[in-house]
Amino acid sequence: MSEHIVQKKVYFVIFGLLIVFTILTYYAAQVNLDNIFRGANTVVALTIAVIKATLVVLYFMHVRYSTRLTWVIVAAAIFWLGILFVYTMSDYATRPNGLTP
Amino acid sequence: MEQQREAGSIGMWVFIAQEIMFFGGLFLAYTIFRWKFPVEFAAASNHLTVWMGGLNTVVLICSSLTMALAVYYAQTGKTRAQVGFLILTGLLGTTFLVIKGFEYAEKFRDNLFPGGSFEWHQQGDPNHVQIFFWIYFAMTGLHALHMIVGLGIITWLILKARKGTFTPEYHSPVEISGLYWHFVDIIWIFLFPLLYLLGRHLEH
Repeated sequence: MSEHIVQKKVYFVIFGLLIVFTILTYYAAQVNLDNIFRGANTVVALTIAVIKATLVVLYFMHVRYSTRLTWVIVAAAIFWLGILFVYTMSDYATRPNGLTP
Repeated sequence: MEQQREAGSIGMWVFIAQEIMFFGGLFLAYTIFRWKFPVEFAAASNHLTVWMGGLNTVVLICSSLTMALAVYYAQTGKTRAQVGFLILTGLLGTTFLVIKGFEYAEKFRDNLFPGGSFEWHQQGDPNHVQIFFWIYFAMTGLHALHMIVGLGIITWLILKARKGTFTPEYHSPVEISGLYWHFVDIIWIFLFPLLYLLGRHLEH
């Protein structure tokens, strides 16, 4: 597979989306979404951040056009981060006296 | 050649995987303490200067675009444009650090740097608010350190690129430095909402 050169237009579109999502995350944070469920603001903020990060990884970092091996390494990195969070939080969340160490 | 190019970029991805774990520990500390002290975290977060954090987000996204374009012009063999966009990326990175510097100066002035001189007279237990500022300075500080390293790499790339080192056949250093630069941008994409925006909806 020879190197794929991403067109300039693609970069500008992704840049525009990143700016739009940045503005969106700012305004979403001003609205109190707690009446939907507690912590809804955090879910919205993190969802937007994940979308932005995905756009950067796929287009700016060329992963969309990379080999399967690159995909495996990216997926492994995210999976490992998941292990870190899930195992640690499953410990903290199940302690009888809350988060006291 | 193709295999060499791919090996270089995968090497950088393995490094980034390690960096994700490095920052991951701090994000985990943030999660646990924010869960434990939600009131203090919201109060402390609302004390940060949101327009500075927001402006820095835009500056970093712009620098990611210029870096991507620098890679593009390396791939297409246009040396002048490539050097120009590398310089622009470096300038935007420097702008980020200058704004961050002003922000840090504000925090030091208001005695919000954790330690002996820490002061907090608003809502919440000062010790718990201090934990937020520990995490704030640790995470943004580590991020800023990555920016400084990135600027060093870009300076080196500019010097190399001016001599016409990078061609459509050989430009791996530009490509993998770009990966690093975008990764540092991604860290900030998460830091901005988590540190600056977490308690904004409670302000009104």
